[in-house]
Amino acid sequence: MAMSKRKRARIVRAVQYAVLVVVVVVVAVAADWGRVANAFFDLDVAGGMFPEVITVALVNTLIYTGLGFGFGLVLGLVVALMRLSSVRAYRWIAGAYVEFFRGLPALLVILAIGSGIPLAFPGTILDRYVSIMIALGIVGSAYMAETIRAGIQAVPKGQVEAARSLGMSQSKAMVWIVIPQAFKIILPPLTNELILLTKDSSLVLFLGSSQVQYELTQFGRTELNQSRSLTPVLVAGICYLIITIPLSYLSRYLERRTGGTKIRSAEATEVAQPEEATK
Amino acid sequence: MSDEPAVRVTGLAKCFGDLKVLCGIDLSVATGEVVCVIGPSGSGKSTLLRCVNLLEEPDEGSVVVGGVDLTHEDSDIDAARRKIGMVFQSFNLFAHLTVLNNLTVAQRKVLGRDRAEANRVALANLEKVGLLEKANAMPAQLSGGQQQRVAIARALSMGPEVMLFDEPTSALDPELVGDVLEVMRDLADEGMTMLVVTHEMHFAREVADRVLFMDGGVVVEEGPAEQVIGAPEHERTRTFLARVLDPIHRVE
Repeated sequence: MAMSKRKRARIVRAVQYAVLVVVVVVVAVAADWGRVANAFFDLDVAGGMFPEVITVALVNTLIYTGLGFGFGLVLGLVVALMRLSSVRAYRWIAGAYVEFFRGLPALLVILAIGSGIPLAFPGTILDRYVSIMIALGIVGSAYMAETIRAGIQAVPKGQVEAARSLGMSQSKAMVWIVIPQAFKIILPPLTNELILLTKDSSLVLFLGSSQVQYELTQFGRTELNQSRSLTPVLVAGICYLIITIPLSYLSRYLERRTGGTKIRSAEATEVAQPEEATK
Repeated sequence: MSDEPAVRVTGLAKCFGDLKVLCGIDLSVATGEVVCVIGPSGSGKSTLLRCVNLLEEPDEGSVVVGGVDLTHEDSDIDAARRKIGMVFQSFNLFAHLTVLNNLTVAQRKVLGRDRAEANRVALANLEKVGLLEKANAMPAQLSGGQQQRVAIARALSMGPEVMLFDEPTSALDPELVGDVLEVMRDLADEGMTMLVVTHEMHFAREVADRVLFMDGGVVVEEGPAEQVIGAPEHERTRTFLARVLDPIHRVE
């Protein structure tokens, strides 16, 4: 059958539009929009959530995420350095740590930390903030360790050689030359980790909390039970998006900005080894 | 000072896997002397240079710089490297630091100088290489030639006794080579001890006190620049020089 390429493309596009129209029509006709509107857009219920949804829930989500991210970053850096260590045992432990915690659902880790630490060290009554920090930190650190390791390895070898040739020890070169550049490279993926952790912070509701400690998800769920309306879910969701969408724009912006330096450093490593290349 | 040379390399050997890169090199550079190492790609000259400050660990032989045996297992390599400046083919300026901070970071973190002192030394060296006005620029904003002059100033800021140059002009556009060579020539005139791996035969001829021709991991020929480049004794040296000096019209 002879059909020109352009004609075929036009037909394919028309079919795609048709599918879209059918789906929209079916959903519009089939769903009971009155009930959806009643459930999700109850302005009285929404109004009743303020100002606590911002002053308590949103603030707590930010606090928990910040604690977890900060601790996770430090832990991730330590694990990344262990993975790159010349001591085989450290490399092995760090590798196992990453595989273990990346392979488990965040919820399991949080539950295990929440009840596991008091069990392992009897008598310790952990401050709730501390256990949240440790739990979320561990969840984030496994991913961040891999990101940081990749960032450290992406810093051209010549940078370390230059630092060493100036008399810097291996650790001074790491601290003053390699790690600052590594973090510049991994700023976009780290921002993505922050977004993931913002969402994972909802899981701390399983650690139990009093009302002033509610973060967005638990706050929304409690309101949901009280009001018999789905509006709190919508409001909590919008609050998450207020945090995550700017972060994702930030991440994309950083990616565009550092994308340029990545290409430049790739060129630099290319000219670094002409002698090897001609061997 | 005694007769002890600034750099003395004895019986140096280095393998990468099965590849023997250096097969017993003896070399000495007297204080204030400029020695150029020439030779084809893969002849081991860069590896030799990198062994002098132990960026590459030699398999055999000894490296003594300023009377300190770097290859002795008790020697403090970091301390020794402070006295050995190194300039790389690909500049290797610290990409996250301004030009000024490139020159001060090691002074402060290694030598323990305070910021004012480090800045004073750095600015003096930037002036020396003619880039004082670039103090606050980032490396990426500079041309290759400027970056290499900053790299030289960075090495000089540590107050080295010996300077190593690893093909310092090979990554540069031809019109930028001259500025870098001029800085190196000034340095030689001031009496700096220099070991230079280079393909710039004119520079070697004019500036070097002595020239080494390396091929296949051994020193084939060495002597005054006039002799090695002007009237080489060995066939391998002649073939190499013919290719380098007249790449287009060469006859096999």
